[in-house]
Amino acid sequence: MPVMKIKKFSFTYPGVDHPSLRNITLPIEKNKITALIGPSGCGKSTLLRSMNRIHDVYSGNKYEGKIELLDFETNQRNNILDIKKENELIKLRQQVGMIFQKPTPFPMSIFDNVAYGLRIAGLKNKTELADRVEQALKDGALWKEVHDRLGKSAMGLSGGQQQRLCIARAVAVKPEVLLFDEPTSALDPISTGAIEELLVELKKDVSIAIVTHNMQQASRISDYTAFMYLGDLIEYDKTENIFLNPKEKRTEDYITGRFG
Amino acid sequence: MRLLVNKLFLTFSVLSALIGLAFLGWILVTLFIKGLGSFHFSLFLNDLIDGGLRNLIIGQFILAGLAAAIGIPLGMAAGIYIQEYGKGRYASIIRDLSDIMMSAPSIVIGAFVYAVVVVPTGGTSGFAGAIALAIMMIPVVINTTDNMLSLVPRELREAGVALGASKYRVILDIVIKAAKIGIMTGILLAFARIIGETAPLLFTSETSNYFSLDLTESFPSLTVSIYDLANEPEESSRDLAWAASFILTVLVLIINLTGRFFTRNKD
Amino acid sequence: MANCHKIYFVTNVIVSSLGVLTSNGNHCVTIFLYNLTYILNRLLMEKIFQKLALSSASIVFIILVGIFITLLSSSKLAIDEFGFDFLVNPDWNKEVVINPDVSNTPVVSELKSDEIVDEDDGMIEDEDEMLFDEDDESDVQTKTIYGGLVPIVGTVLTTLIALIFALPIAMGIAVFLAEIAPKNISNVVGIAIELLAAIPSIIFGMWGLYYFAPIVSDLVGGYQVSLLTAGLVLGVMILPFMAAITRDSMNTTPGVLKESAYALGATKFEVIKDIIFPYSKTGIIGSIILALGRALGETMAVAFLIGSIFVLPTSITSPTISIPVAMANNFGEASGLGESALFYLALILFVISFGVISFAKMYFLKKAK
Repeated sequence: MPVMKIKKFSFTYPGVDHPSLRNITLPIEKNKITALIGPSGCGKSTLLRSMNRIHDVYSGNKYEGKIELLDFETNQRNNILDIKKENELIKLRQQVGMIFQKPTPFPMSIFDNVAYGLRIAGLKNKTELADRVEQALKDGALWKEVHDRLGKSAMGLSGGQQQRLCIARAVAVKPEVLLFDEPTSALDPISTGAIEELLVELKKDVSIAIVTHNMQQASRISDYTAFMYLGDLIEYDKTENIFLNPKEKRTEDYITGRFG
Repeated sequence: MRLLVNKLFLTFSVLSALIGLAFLGWILVTLFIKGLGSFHFSLFLNDLIDGGLRNLIIGQFILAGLAAAIGIPLGMAAGIYIQEYGKGRYASIIRDLSDIMMSAPSIVIGAFVYAVVVVPTGGTSGFAGAIALAIMMIPVVINTTDNMLSLVPRELREAGVALGASKYRVILDIVIKAAKIGIMTGILLAFARIIGETAPLLFTSETSNYFSLDLTESFPSLTVSIYDLANEPEESSRDLAWAASFILTVLVLIINLTGRFFTRNKD
Repeated sequence: MANCHKIYFVTNVIVSSLGVLTSNGNHCVTIFLYNLTYILNRLLMEKIFQKLALSSASIVFIILVGIFITLLSSSKLAIDEFGFDFLVNPDWNKEVVINPDVSNTPVVSELKSDEIVDEDDGMIEDEDEMLFDEDDESDVQTKTIYGGLVPIVGTVLTTLIALIFALPIAMGIAVFLAEIAPKNISNVVGIAIELLAAIPSIIFGMWGLYYFAPIVSDLVGGYQVSLLTAGLVLGVMILPFMAAITRDSMNTTPGVLKESAYALGATKFEVIKDIIFPYSKTGIIGSIILALGRALGETMAVAFLIGSIFVLPTSITSPTISIPVAMANNFGEASGLGESALFYLALILFVISFGVISFAKMYFLKKAK
């Protein structure tokens, strides 16, 4: 069952006359990993960033179509593109988290980093905070390495550790969906492997959408894959079908390395 | 031939650097010799009326401190506006105006404060002097805040927003913190600059021979008094002016170097 | 809407305290209210923060406009009285006899000014003696006229001298810091140069008057307090600014560009001349104009060294006055028309500085930050 339904979605950046995404229709399945792949400039990051409306940090974007997010309490789907109020956007981002390509630790202690999302959501109780932080760090496979130095600055962690910190930070607020924008492209192979393992574990609790330019990564960890090209969705299917039995020629060409 | 020209040019360049250093050294040595020559610890214990500098040093700090208390929050808030909230034209106009004000003649600012503060309130005051200094400090703080904030990568802001933080929280909790060191250095350098200023104080707070904490009257100022002392015919006044110059320069250089100390690792 | 904000803010305070009191706060209503007020409180804070930031930024605008308006209104008296003649009239504080018998043409009586030059510290004191033509004694009307030519000329000339002196040296230092010195030395020397910039201007005045000026006048003759000595010390003051900004400009030249030139066998001088300088041209010119702006407004150092007399300089080594010094010396005792004339000078200086710096900014704008 999809936790998010993208329906005929088009997106235009401010000041640009042609849309960067055209008529995308795509589900994000619950507790599964959906990979967005395609050559540079195909719009996969643009699509991902629409799912938590982070585009709206900058003004002037044009949306068409719908992106429907399932509200677990009411069992209703709400079009997140309709959200205008700052307040509801904030709530959206607490439900749909994001991890970026470059690790972005905040200039604070490890504890404060993970606790940040909780604190701004209003959680003040110290015991509860400590519990949630510990749980999040365990979910992010970082607890063992940092449990004895939670007060130290996050900037002292290695690249791979910082990225896991960002994951723990995002997971702490218990989102329903997690968006990953090329999370391992800035990391070494061992850290990459650790994070891929982590993602497979995480999908038990959250639904994941991941943008990656690494096809092997997509085939390794994702359940569903969407191939995009120049702003269009070319093909969407179960991962093994995309990679072993693609229906579209362009998909096949991309998979076999003829371009991109 | 080319090599000769090259050699000449490089020699000239090294010479220029030496000349620059020579001037610095000359001034510092002069201050040291003349200043230390007239220096004695009672300068810190007596006020000008008794031939000391105590009231002037304390007064200068108070004026600069008050100016900073006004100028830093205003400057930072304005810098935050320009960098974080500014949309297009208004923000860049303010930015340009701020840059222009940075190089505005300090005596003109003194005249301005004279007209709008001293005249209506009926006389010179420490408040007027502090306001004049604040006006000089604000554009510098704006500039440094603006520049330091622009160096913070946008992903850091996006990560904050992605967690559901509202804009002002992202700015206060994350962006300012990330730019903290650079901003602090800029502020310290700005403070070092205004504590050495004379012209804005000349007709706003003037100076005083006595120890005073009363900001509603003429207020003791180290810099203005150096100017007065240097104009007096007595040799002893001149010596005192040198001692005061020495102390002022040492203070300014310490503050300046402290500011640089904070960013020493950034290279 | 504002009232709603206030209500919710107060409610938030109450409910927060309730929340603390009920510790783990499992009461549903409390949580709901708490969340509600928290959300609205956050919106309120966001709005307050934005407004504060905007107001602070506007203060810059207000101050600048305020300065301009204040200068205009305070100099109105002088502007009305003298108009543009102020810019070309060299007579300052000159008492003029208006002969009522001749229709409206003022007859300027010769006034003798005794100027005492104190050789010890170069400060000049004026003593005016007025001579009257005895025939006109009975029905004499006098007025005082002020003309700003001398300080304007003094300001412009000292700035020019400063620039001519400082420019080559500043460029040389910049080249040294950017291209010649190894990193460690460049850092140390760079800091030293920036410390030179940090030294308060009154210190330059003291040092300049008692140590630098005597040497200059020994070398070239003329007065110790003069256009030349003031200009030179001014030059030493703007030297570090030009050097630092030029160095930063030069450092933006991409390494690959330089390497390509070296790879072709160019000497360091040629790389600097043909590659680096053209690339950083706008930044360099901008730095020059910015330094010009600073030099125009400099008061204290020039006050010590220029001589402070309202006389057009007969040579480069004769004393004169500049606008900031005229203001510094006379503001305290001036009133009425005299004070307005000083404001008129301030207005002129402000307009020139503003113009010069705006021009520099336009140049800088081409070099996108």
